[in-house]
Amino acid sequence: MEHFIALVTKPDNVPILAMLFLIPYFMWLSYKQARQTDKTGVPSDAALNDKVYVWPYLCRNEFVCAIIVMLVLGIWSITIDAPLEEPSDPTKTPNPSKAPWYFLALQEMLVYFDPWIAGVVLPGFIIAGLIAIPYIDINPKGKGYYTLKERPFALAVFCFGFIILWIVLMIVGTFLRGPGWNLFAPWEKWDPHLVVPLTNVNLSYLFGIREAATANFFGFAVVAGYFALGPIFYFWKRGTSRFLQELGLVRYVIVSFLFLSMLALPIKMALRLGLKIKYVWVSPWFNI
Amino acid sequence: MNEERKGLKEKITKSDIWRSIFRHGYENTGRRYTLQVLQNVWLHLHPPRVSRHALNFRFTWCMGGITFLMFLVTAVTGVLLMFYYRPTAEYAFRDVQYLEFDIPFGMLLRNMHRWAAHGMVISVMLHMFRVFLTGSYKKPREFNWAVGVILLLVTFFLSFTGYLLPWDQLAFWAVTVGTNMARATPGLGHEGPFAPDVVTQANDVRFALLAGTIVGPSTLLRFYILHCVAVPLLASVLMALHFWRVRKDGGISGPL
Ligand code: HEM
Repeated sequence: MEHFIALVTKPDNVPILAMLFLIPYFMWLSYKQARQTDKTGVPSDAALNDKVYVWPYLCRNEFVCAIIVMLVLGIWSITIDAPLEEPSDPTKTPNPSKAPWYFLALQEMLVYFDPWIAGVVLPGFIIAGLIAIPYIDINPKGKGYYTLKERPFALAVFCFGFIILWIVLMIVGTFLRGPGWNLFAPWEKWDPHLVVPLTNVNLSYLFGIREAATANFFGFAVVAGYFALGPIFYFWKRGTSRFLQELGLVRYVIVSFLFLSMLALPIKMALRLGLKIKYVWVSPWFNI
Repeated sequence: MNEERKGLKEKITKSDIWRSIFRHGYENTGRRYTLQVLQNVWLHLHPPRVSRHALNFRFTWCMGGITFLMFLVTAVTGVLLMFYYRPTAEYAFRDVQYLEFDIPFGMLLRNMHRWAAHGMVISVMLHMFRVFLTGSYKKPREFNWAVGVILLLVTFFLSFTGYLLPWDQLAFWAVTVGTNMARATPGLGHEGPFAPDVVTQANDVRFALLAGTIVGPSTLLRFYILHCVAVPLLASVLMALHFWRVRKDGGISGPL
């Protein structure tokens, strides 16, 4: 437990502690406003044409906000010293070696996917997906105010991605990953000699497939099926709905592809942790 | 009583001494307020007027502004740190130690720079979260959201390049771990899938980033220049674009 307290109070981990309070606070703040709008309706035009002068009203707010933030930063800087460890030594690898805290969700993905997917492809999808959001979310409602009712799908997807897959994984990576990148509960001692038996098998193996070429084809089929079947089925059922008509085929394909790529992470985590599955698709060139 | 006070005020503000100091009074008029913003080089990023709800902390959480403030703090403290820091493997670590133990307020300077940088990463993430929750990326702000995403990456990269500079174990290994993934870039990393045979450890993307096959003195210099010159410049240009677009897209979003 002591080492856990030492870890939590490490100067560089202060931002993560701050996030533990800031995220719930802002979730609550926005939830309250969303409930309010959903109950009383979107504020009318009249209220909006209500303009105020930037000087003094906005500048005063900015000034007060800047003073408060500088006070917090000042106290933070006076009370907590930035860390400085031993001089760098390429021959002494610390165990565990961790990236800066804001990249730990990415480092966490390395457990479940090979480096080229976890380190390059999925981050690429995150960036491309973020940029694509305004162009694939064609819902004109919920612009410029908090709401839950008017865009439940968009909010659910983004909050899941941001809160669970980014913030929570970052916290897990910082506080619960120990030597050998093994998971340790807060009260467990970090044991650098801990040997975790690797009994993971590939999905094709579970299905009794032993031959490489067949396994390769099987894996391809599973991955292709994962990305194709759901969207095709949904399109077949609801393709004529007004929403999908407006969305159009191209956007529909992009949305479902990005959505399923995001879900692939928790699915792979569940497969690994629950069923001890290493790879879904093993091919001569790469493994997924 | 009131009359008396007014008379006294008048007497004072009309006196020769007062008027020698303050050349004219301050009119409480809209014209005055507008000019105050338009004629000030720092304030003129703002429009003269904004809708009332844009002032509301509960709407914007002030997070975009706080991100910018943190950037300014890191810029000022960063320049001061540059006076004491030499980006070479011999000196880097010692200079940081020297800064901590011998320079007056050196430790405070270093702390402020580091915590403001962390603060900027926190606030930029929360800013993005707020912009999503209020649906502010929707037409006509699609492009500004895209600029924002690039700014998010730039913020991470600023912080990451700075992380190496103390040249201690923490710095060295965090950057080693962080850049190792570049090895696996498909086609461009020597351990990535689909990489042609000519791509080796000594010419792949990771090599370009590190200026070597491992993190070394040339990496330190490279990251220093990226951190102190190239990335801050890029960030400033993108922020200028971002703020300009906030205005051109009709100010802070609101229900129309
Ligand atoms: C260095 C980083 C950034 C700085 C300094 C910055 C600054 C600002 C500021 C001062 C505003 C005015 C409103 C507010 O304070 O909320 C704003 C608005 C906006 N920002 Fe950023 N921002 C940054 C990053 C981002 C990111 C990462 C995104 C999204 C991915 C983004 C998207 C937007 C959008 C769409 C608006 C308009 C919001 C509205 O009209 O309600 N920005 N930004």
